[in-house]
Amino acid sequence: MKPISVKRPTYYQELRNKGYSRRDFMKFCTMIAAYMGLESSGVAQVTNALMNQPRVPVIWLHFQECTCCSESFIRSSHPMVADIILDKISLDYTETLMAASGHQAEAAMEKTMKDYYGEYVLCVEGSVPVYEDGVYCCIGGRSARDILQETAAGAKAVIAWGSCACNGCVQASRPNPTGATPIHKLIKGKPLIKVPGCPPIGEVMAGVLVHLVTFGRIPELDHVGRPKAFYSKRVHDSCYRRPFYDAGLFVESFDDENAKKGYCLYKVGCKGPTTYNACGIMKWNNGTSYPIQSGHGCIGCSEAGFWDNGASFYTRIPNFPGFGIESSADTIGTIAVGATAAGVAAHAVASAIRKNGEKKRLKAEGEASVEEIE
Amino acid sequence: MKTTRLRRVYVWEWPVRFFHWIFALCILVLGITGYLIGDPLPIQSDAEASHRFWFGTARFIHFAAAYIFLAVILMRMYWASVGNKYARWANFVPTRLRFFSRIGQVIRHDILLMKVPEDTVVGHNALAGLSYFFLMLLTFVMVFTGFGMYAQMSTWWLPKLFSWMPGLFGGDYLVREIHHAGMWLFAVFIVIHLYLVFYHDQQEGRGEASSMISGYKFMEEEVFENKKAVGEPAEPAA
Repeated sequence: MKPISVKRPTYYQELRNKGYSRRDFMKFCTMIAAYMGLESSGVAQVTNALMNQPRVPVIWLHFQECTCCSESFIRSSHPMVADIILDKISLDYTETLMAASGHQAEAAMEKTMKDYYGEYVLCVEGSVPVYEDGVYCCIGGRSARDILQETAAGAKAVIAWGSCACNGCVQASRPNPTGATPIHKLIKGKPLIKVPGCPPIGEVMAGVLVHLVTFGRIPELDHVGRPKAFYSKRVHDSCYRRPFYDAGLFVESFDDENAKKGYCLYKVGCKGPTTYNACGIMKWNNGTSYPIQSGHGCIGCSEAGFWDNGASFYTRIPNFPGFGIESSADTIGTIAVGATAAGVAAHAVASAIRKNGEKKRLKAEGEASVEEIE
Repeated sequence: MKTTRLRRVYVWEWPVRFFHWIFALCILVLGITGYLIGDPLPIQSDAEASHRFWFGTARFIHFAAAYIFLAVILMRMYWASVGNKYARWANFVPTRLRFFSRIGQVIRHDILLMKVPEDTVVGHNALAGLSYFFLMLLTFVMVFTGFGMYAQMSTWWLPKLFSWMPGLFGGDYLVREIHHAGMWLFAVFIVIHLYLVFYHDQQEGRGEASSMISGYKFMEEEVFENKKAVGEPAEPAA
């Protein structure tokens, strides 16, 4: 990592100034290293980085979104997470939480972009509408796309927070009237980390930022650009209800005995088997619970197109695209096999009539042979 | 009465027959277990989950059969390069224009039941050959989508080769849906395939059905002499 040109306090100094003890700091380092999936020596690396690295400037943009990512982040289990990144310490610009407003706020962003060109981290929450010159999302009289292009130019890395920025989420679902576009389609040539989820887990967001600070580079990503540390397992494969799945014990409807017993929600549409996230391990709200634990199937909020996929959160067999609302692949398959069977039956009847002569000839020949033997 | 003299032709070598039956068995097992995995039976039970594992077993059988499925299709592809003329690629892949005119002939004679001369073949007829080519493509789709979903659960390098698959489709969801729909295409294929085997066997009496057990089919002596004189076109083998 390039040395930060302007002298700024380190994360540790800032935290001490805010009244955290060293013990609190060490606890945080240990916790976040564990979340990041580092081995125990990683704790020292994290501690070292946060003690010696000056804070990384962050510009956090809000476009087409609901701010649930920010909400999730400031409610992550350790208050220090929000304090080091989101509080006035490290955040140079974010519409939601900054004290400044109006021209002051815009000036703060411009200053950061100028002073820390090539050094700041750009966090984007929300998708960018591209239809009608981006008129559907304007801030300070400028379109979201404009602002994104300008801020991305000098960013060291870009983080796409949440499903909006990663895949467009609900506003990009059919028919996508505003042309909501995930940011990876608009920004080229910058290291980009996707942190999908609606919202992503707060600790995951913190883990990604701390990784950037600690190692000075983006974490290892999977095939679709998500950090492997948090998105390499399916919710299904880390689910505490998994034994019921393997035993073939399923909830058939939400009010049945099986639901009461806490069986697997597979048949009532749980998308855990196709969803990559850390919900089953980290859980939510200080590790209290997560959707499946509260009796509702996973809706697959961290997967691209989860609003459109199968059009239902409550069915296992998806509706098949292009065949109306209530037709699953199985309905269509059954009809196709039935139609084929009808077709071959028709052929059988037709051939019995048309090719009767040939069949008779074969038969006569065969019978003649029998007679000859006798 | 004039009787037809038949000549025995060794059409399907043992690797072809071995492939056929193992492949068929795999499709059956994969289809049944796959359907169950997609839509498990509603079983009410008082037994503890720790005493039951039927769904895990169904999945295990599905995955094991998938490995065999992959192994035999690779074996068959190898044999399409080294096997006899009836096993070769030329039977399946339309590379010359004549392939299509022969398909037309098969459609007129066997499907539309028109009174046209038969394209007498002992191996695959042109249309059947093409249908097996599409079956091979479908097999690839199932292998790629299936192992694409499986890769994540495995530590072995072989399934890991397919781990890029879900990313291509923007996630596991669509991969799963394609895999599921593919099962129905196999079902459609089975209906047509079984019917046509029965149809040809009883219509022509050349041992269509038993050939996949013994390897032999039968050709009328005069057809044989004819072919011997004229020479048999290389594709599709006939």
